[in-house]
Formats: sequence, structure tokens, C-alpha cells
Amino acid sequence: MTTKDVIVLADLLGTNKKIAADIRTELERRGILAVNLLSSPGAGKTTLLEQIAVRLRDTARMAVIEGDIETERDAERIRAKGVPAWQITTGGACHLEAKMIARILPEVPPESEYLFIENVGNLVCPASYELGESLRFVLLSTPEGDDKPKKYPKAFTTSDVLVLTKADLLPYLPFDLAKVQAEALELNPRLRIFVTSAVTGQGLDELLAFLTAARRDLAARHA
Amino acid sequence: MHELSIVASLFETLDEQAQEHGAKRIAGVTLKIGRLSGVVPELLASAFDMYKKGTIAEEATLTVEVVPLRVRCRACGEERHVESYVFLCAACTSPDLEILEGTEMILERVELEAD
Repeated sequence: MTTKDVIVLADLLGTNKKIAADIRTELERRGILAVNLLSSPGAGKTTLLEQIAVRLRDTARMAVIEGDIETERDAERIRAKGVPAWQITTGGACHLEAKMIARILPEVPPESEYLFIENVGNLVCPASYELGESLRFVLLSTPEGDDKPKKYPKAFTTSDVLVLTKADLLPYLPFDLAKVQAEALELNPRLRIFVTSAVTGQGLDELLAFLTAARRDLAARHA
Repeated sequence: MHELSIVASLFETLDEQAQEHGAKRIAGVTLKIGRLSGVVPELLASAFDMYKKGTIAEEATLTVEVVPLRVRCRACGEERHVESYVFLCAACTSPDLEILEGTEMILERVELEAD
């Protein structure tokens, strides 16, 4: 019997990264800003998307891909706002992968300016999978507690934007806003932070202005 | 728990390697896993043991080398390990750090057996 030692040096996520790179190229060429939303279950990803739909007014400008383990519920909520939405049910898998997005891409209407991808509610696994997004958002809701960034570092170090949600509950919770912002910036000094509430509307106009500027920059780069 | 889907893509690469080199069995697999890769080495090892049954790597031993997180400061050139996930240069406090290693998930080496 002969044995042979082979040096491989293959990235275990190489296939996903390659598909993600192709998606990013395709979307940017079409002038579509793709945003991958990460959070634990119940942090308010779907609610944030509903609020963005209301503020964009012309809802033909956005499209949404919803990732969940089961049910069509989130896509139905988004469609109720007049926004085209596709539901991916992973049937148990804890994250979305780029190949799932690639299948839907041809159906995304050409007039779209934004494609929001709501990942499966989970602060761990989705952080390892690029989906071809231009921006990654991580959401953290105030009831989850202010200790989360350091406990789930990968989600925060790989994101561009931190959206703190349910800020209207701050008076009732032992949530140290300054501490969470400082710790998130230690993990990722480039992180943009928005403090928001879907109930009072706090921070949402600022977030929308940020998205609009990012979309304009992308369109200008690929004009 | 996405370790199982990472192991599934690992086995695709293992099959390719075995075919390319005409191997009948895989005796050993070595992975390099960064501390900030997002996977847990112990869970990866359990997923590997679960997955390998009935494959060419059924008898393979898995070695996981954990790679610490190392950064270089673009402002002052200081290189060091990051222990507490504070991404500010310990020498000059600049936030402009380049991650040198510690986020990777790599199949480094396979030990192949022919007849």
C-alpha cells in the first residue's frame, strides 16, 4: 500500500464565496444595492423592512428575499406592503447560502434599486456565508441585552451597519446604550450605528438617508 | 450549527482530491480553522465523524489546527495577536487594522492511500 501526503490549501467556503462574488458583480452591474440582514429571531428584521417599504413609498424600488426555516409568513408580510418578495424555507438549515440567492436572481425585477435579504434568525452561522451583498446589517434589539456584541463577535466584525431596534423600550430595560455602542465599535471601528424604533419612528429617516446615499454611490460607480 | 454543511463541502473537495490522485482511501485530513472563522473545532470534529461513515474517508483521522487572530496596523506597522476582540491598535490606537490570519477555514492537507 502506498500513501501520499497532498497539500491542498482549499477554502472550505470557497464554492460559496465564488457564487457570492458572481452575485455581487451581477447586482452591482444592474445598479441594485443588496443588503444582507442578520440578527437573532425576533429582533425586528421583517418589521424594519416594512418600515423601509413605507418610507421608500415607491415600493417598486425594492425587492425582498426572506429566509426562514419554515413558513411563508415573512414574505406575506412584505407582499402586503406591495413589495415583491420570495420566501426561501431552508427546512432546518440555520443560514442562507449564496446558491439559494442565485436561483432567485433572474426573477428580481429590473427596476429594483434595493434587494434586501433577510437571513434566518441566528447571530452565529449566517455570519460565515457571503450572499453577494454590498452591505451587511446586523440588528440587535434592546430586550436581547447589551452584552451581545462581544458574545457573538463574528456577526459584528463582518457587518457594515448595526441597527439597534426597539429603542422605545429603553426606559424599561437595564440596557446600557453607550456600552453597547462602545463595545460594538471596539469589535469593528468602521461600524455605522443607528438607534431605531419602529413604534416611534426614531432613527428610521437617518437609516433611509444612509441607504439612499449608498445606492446612489453604487449606481454612480457602475453607470 | 452550520458545521455539518461545512463538512459536506469538505467532502466534495476530498472526493475531488482522491479522484485526481487515484486514491482508494483517505487516512488523514488536516484543517486550519481561524479563531474568528465562526466554527467550533469540536463540533466540526463531531460532524466529520458523523459524515465519514460509508465514504472513502471512513477510517480517516481529523486534525484541526486552530489559528489565532493576528492583525497588522496600517498606521504604525505594529503586528500582534488579538485576544479580546478589541480591533484598535494596541500601540497607536488606530482602528485601521488589517487581519492577517484567524478568519480562515482551510483544508490544508490530505493523506491519501492507494492499493
